[in-house]
This record gives sequence, C-alpha cells and structure tokens, in this order.
Amino acid sequence: MIFFWAFIVGGTICAFGQFLMDRFKLLPVHVVCSFVAIGAALDVFGLYDRLIKLAGAGAQLPIMSFGHSIVHGAMDAAESQGLIGIASGMFELTTVGITSAILFAFISALIFNPKS
Amino acid sequence: MKTNQYANVIETHKVKPKIVKNMADSFFFGGLFGLVGQIIVWINTNVFQLDEGLSVTYMIIVMILAGSLLTGLGIYDKFGQIAKAGALVPISGFANSLTSAALEGKSEGVFLGIASNMFKLAGAVLVFAVMSGFFFGIIRYLLVQIGIAPALDHETVAFIIGGCLL
Repeated sequence: MIFFWAFIVGGTICAFGQFLMDRFKLLPVHVVCSFVAIGAALDVFGLYDRLIKLAGAGAQLPIMSFGHSIVHGAMDAAESQGLIGIASGMFELTTVGITSAILFAFISALIFNPKS
Repeated sequence: MKTNQYANVIETHKVKPKIVKNMADSFFFGGLFGLVGQIIVWINTNVFQLDEGLSVTYMIIVMILAGSLLTGLGIYDKFGQIAKAGALVPISGFANSLTSAALEGKSEGVFLGIASNMFKLAGAVLVFAVMSGFFFGIIRYLLVQIGIAPALDHETVAFIIGGCLL
C-alpha cells in the first residue's frame, strides 16, 4: 500500500509545482524555494510527519522534505538546549544530503565535460 | 492597424501553455520517482537488512548520485524536458542544479570555476531553507512552550533521524 501512496503523493507534489509554474509564470527557482518554505510551514503542527508515515519515499524525495527536516532538526536540538538549539540543530538531519550532493557534484564535474 | 486590434491578434496567436498535459507529465514522473525511491527503501530493508532510518538515508544518497551522474552524462537535462517539474522537485533536481552549475564553470578552473560556481543555482534553496527554517522553527518553539503545537514525538524522531535527511 505504501508503494501506491508513494506514487500518488510524489506525483501530486510535482504536479502542483508544475501548476504553479504554468499558471503563475514562475521560474523553477521560485517553485523550489517556496516548496522548501511550505515544507517548513507544514512541520509546525507536525503535518508533514503524517505524510511521511503515509507515503514514505513519495514524501521524502520532494524538496519539501528539506524544509521539514530543517525545522525537525532545529526542534530536536531546541528541546535540550533551548532557543539556541534552533541555530545549532538546523542542519543536523540534512547534513548527509548536502554533503553527498556537494561530493557527487564535484566528482562528476571533474570527470565529465559540459555538453553544450 | 490599431493598437487594440493588434492586441487581439496577439491574443489569438498566443501559444497557450498546455497546463493539463504538463501537470500529467509531472504527476507521472514525480510519482515514478516516489515509487522507485520506495522500492529502493524496500530493497535496503529486506535485502541488505538495514534499519528503517538508514535505508531511507541510502535511498536519498542513491538518488543524489543518480542525479549527479545523469547530469554529467547530459541525460538529466533531456529527461527534464519530458518530465518537467517531475524532474525538478525530487532531490535529484537539487543534485542536478549543483552539478550543472559546476560543469558550466569548469572552463574557469577547479577553484574559481567548479567550486565557486557550484551553488549559483542551489544557493537560493539553502538561503530560503535557513530563513524559513528559522522563522517556522521559532514559531513552533513558542507554540510548544504555550502548549498549542505538539512537542516532538520521539517515536517519530527515531524513525525520521537518519530518515528524511534531505
């Protein structure tokens, strides 16, 4: 069942992004940045957690999950350290993603040549 | 020709964006990403015997690796023309923006080209992630103190730590 919901939720989020781009003439960067902010906003009342429990990778692959896990790491550290935890824990959960993105981007930029 | 007539002619010849078809394409390919990701998670848990959090982490890493490699080979940009937002919104789109910006600057060298150009496109994402994370983080912190928003459920955190790493 989680496979079905992964398809539906992942597809719906992407279709919503395409709708914003076509209807309001937005650039890709606007859509991606606002999705990150939407993901952070949905975590205020823990709504995105429920979506992840329902759809698994369908909710974790879209960029919304980036904003969600930034707030999540911040709240996790804020529980033990107080307000400063928001700053110190912000990237706690996202480090693996950012590190591997930089690593693989650097390596493939060294290996490959630009096509156009 | 009068200006308003000209405007009418322009209006009738304007190419209307195929909103429904574009949305259907994005839905299909975005859903395919979710499905493939969930299959990778299933393989990680059932074949490699990893726990729930780690298998999601490795799935994210595989997706980022695939996004970077396919960008380097020039396939991801062609795929992006078919899949539209379905290629942009998943995390491999983030890897694509890093890699393509780095490749673009390659002719200027490793330091001034690859390294300093890498975040040309994706830098905006990080800036907005920090800004919105700080803003909504403080809101949630205050709401938790008052007792309106739910505190972090540690059963979920155990699932999500290592889980939604990006």
